[in-house]
Amino acid sequence: MVELRGVDAGYGERLILSGIDFSVRRGQLVAVMGGSGSGKTTLLRLVSGQLRARKGSVRVFGQSLERISEKELYALRRRMGMLFQFGALFTDLSVFDNVAFPLREHTDLPESMIRDLVLLKLNAVGLRGAATLMPSELSGGMARRVALARSVALDPELIMYDEPFAGLDPISLGVIGQAIRKLNDALGAASILVTHDVVESLSIVDYVYLVSQGKIIAQGTPDEIRNSPDPFVHQFIYAEADGPVPFHYPAPPLEESLLLEAEVAP
Amino acid sequence: MNRAILDLWVGAFVALGFAALMFLAMQVANVSEEGTRGETITLRARFEDIGGLKVKAPVKSAGVVVGRVAAIRFDPQTYQAEVEMKVSAAYPFPKDTIASILTSGLLGEQYVGLAAGADSEMLKDGDRIEMTQSALVLEKLIGQFLFNKAAEGGSK
Amino acid sequence: MIQLLRTLGHLTVDGVWQVGFATRFLFAMLRHSGPSFARFSLTIRELYFSGVLSLVIIVVSGAFVGMVLGLQGYDTLQRFGSESALGSIVALSLLRELGPVVAALLFASRAGSAVTAEIGLMKATEQLTAMDMMAVNPIARVVAPRFWGGVLSMPLLAAIFSTVGVIGGWFIGVVVIGVDNGTFWSQMANSVDFREDVVNGVVKSFVFGWAVSLIAVFQGYDCTPTAEGVSRAITKTVVYSSLMVLALDFILTSFMYIGK
Repeated sequence: MVELRGVDAGYGERLILSGIDFSVRRGQLVAVMGGSGSGKTTLLRLVSGQLRARKGSVRVFGQSLERISEKELYALRRRMGMLFQFGALFTDLSVFDNVAFPLREHTDLPESMIRDLVLLKLNAVGLRGAATLMPSELSGGMARRVALARSVALDPELIMYDEPFAGLDPISLGVIGQAIRKLNDALGAASILVTHDVVESLSIVDYVYLVSQGKIIAQGTPDEIRNSPDPFVHQFIYAEADGPVPFHYPAPPLEESLLLEAEVAP
Repeated sequence: MNRAILDLWVGAFVALGFAALMFLAMQVANVSEEGTRGETITLRARFEDIGGLKVKAPVKSAGVVVGRVAAIRFDPQTYQAEVEMKVSAAYPFPKDTIASILTSGLLGEQYVGLAAGADSEMLKDGDRIEMTQSALVLEKLIGQFLFNKAAEGGSK
Repeated sequence: MIQLLRTLGHLTVDGVWQVGFATRFLFAMLRHSGPSFARFSLTIRELYFSGVLSLVIIVVSGAFVGMVLGLQGYDTLQRFGSESALGSIVALSLLRELGPVVAALLFASRAGSAVTAEIGLMKATEQLTAMDMMAVNPIARVVAPRFWGGVLSMPLLAAIFSTVGVIGGWFIGVVVIGVDNGTFWSQMANSVDFREDVVNGVVKSFVFGWAVSLIAVFQGYDCTPTAEGVSRAITKTVVYSSLMVLALDFILTSFMYIGK
C-alpha cells in the first residue's frame, strides 16, 4: 500500500532522508524507530503528502504522489488517518464533536447516525463516558485515545502514528499500544508507527525499520531486530549510552574548549 | 455554545449595527428632508462672482431647500462662473426667476437663492436662468463703503 | 556601520517577502472562501467572537469619545458664540474620522489579537496540520471564516461606535450643558451629507476591516509554532494593524475629501 523507492527528502538546504526504500503491506503494522532527529517524522510527512520527495518515487494506494493535485491528495487523505504526537485535538470542540468532525466534513450522514458512529469509536478506546468533556479536561493519555478515535472515524485504510507513546505513563502506554494493534486488525488496515519507544513497539508490531541519520540502517521482524548482531541496532534496542552512536555531539576535544575559555576569561 | 443562542446573539448584533446605520442616515444625515429626493431637473446660471459657493451647497427659495448645487465651472469665453443646480422637479419655477448667491447669517455658508418671477412659462430641464445676482463679497463691500466715505468727505 | 546596513537590508528583504506572501495568502483565502458562505454557520460563529464580543468595548469607548467631543466642542465653540454648531462638530468628527478609526483600533486589539492567538495556537498544537491530514483545508475551514467574520463586523461596529458617540455628545451637550435640543439635531442634519459623510465612513471602516482581519489571520497562520512565536505574532497584529489603519485613513481621507 505504501511504497518508497530511493527517496531523498529535506527542508530548504538540509537533506533529512536519503536513499530510503520502504514499504508497507495491507494488514501490516510497521514501526519506524530511531533516535530524535533521525528523520522518522519526515518519513511520515512524505507518505502523507505534506512533503514532496526530492528524488525517487513515493506511491500510496498505488498512486504516485509526485505531481498530485491538491484535490487528488485530499481524496487520498480521506483514506488515511493520522495520530499526532500530542493528539492535536481541536480545543474549541468537545470530545464528541472532535470525533464527529471528519464524519461531518466528509459525509452527509444524518446526525443520529453520526452520533452512533462516534459513540462506537469512543467505546472502542474506552472513552464513551467522556463524550461531553472538553479536550482541556482530559489527561494526556485520554487525549491521545480520543485523537485515536478521531483518526479512525472514517475507517481509514492507512493509519499513521507520530510518537503515540511520547510522554505517557506505563499504563496509558500499554492501553494505547493495545488499541493500535486491535484497530489495525479490526479495520484490516496498514499502520505506520513512528516511535522511539522500543519495548512497547517491539511487542506489538509486525516489522521494524530502524532509521539513523537519514538512512535505513536495519529492518526485519521484531525477533530479527532483537537478535541483530549489528552494533548500531544493539545499542538502540538495549538503550546503551555510548556505542556506534556517539554520546557527544561533534566538538573539538574538551581540553581545547576549556583552555579556550580560560584564555578568554581573564 | 449552543447554536441557537449563537445565532440569536449574532442576529441581535447585526440588527443593532443596521439600526445604527439607519440612525446615522435618518437622524444625523437626515436623508429624508434633503429637498432633492425623487425627480430633479438641472438648471444652469452664470454669475459674475460666486464668492465662496461650494458644490453641494443648498438651493433655497423663500428659505426652503429645493435643491443642491451640482457643479461649478469657470467659463473661459465669458470669464464667468457657470453653476449647475439640481432642483426638485416637484417645484417648477417661472422662466424669469432670479438666482442670487446669498449668505446665511453674517459669516455663514453661502447658498443659491431663487426668487420666483411672474412668467407663465416654466423652466425646463437643462434651461438657463438668465437673471443672476453675484455674491456679496465682504471685502468689496468694505472697500466700497470706505470709498463712499472718502467721496463724501471730498464733496464737503 | 556595515552591520547596520546589513540589518537594514535583511529587514527590507524580509518585509518585501512578507508582503508577497501575505498577498499570495489573501488570494488563497479568497479562493477558499466558498465554505465561509456555503456553510454560513462557520462565519456566524466568528461574527459572534469578533463582533458580539467586541460590542462592550466599542459601546463604552464610543460613549466616552462622544461625551469628550461634546465637552471639548462646547468649550471651543462657545468662545465664538457658536454653540449651536455642536451637533455638527460631534457628528462630523465621529462619522468621518473617529468612528471608523477608533473602532478599527479597538477592533484590532480586541478581536484581531484574539484571532491571531487562536490560529497561532491551533498551528502550534498541530491542529491545523491535523485538519489538513483529515483532508479538510485549514484555510477554508479555519482562516477564511475568521477573515470574513472580521470584514463583516467592522462596518457594523464602526456604525454602532458613531451612533453611541453621537448620543454621548448629545447627552453632554443637550442634557448636561443645555444646548437647545432642536438646534443640536437640525444643525447636525444640515451639515452632515449622507453620501459624503455617512457612506464614506462606512467605506473607510470596510477597508479597515479588510486590513485588520487580513493582518490578524495572516500573522496567526504565519507565526512560529511555539508559545513565544504566538505571543510575538499577537504583538505584531496589534502594531501592524494600528499602523495600517492610520496610514490607510490618511490615504482614504485624501481621496475622499481633498482630492476633489
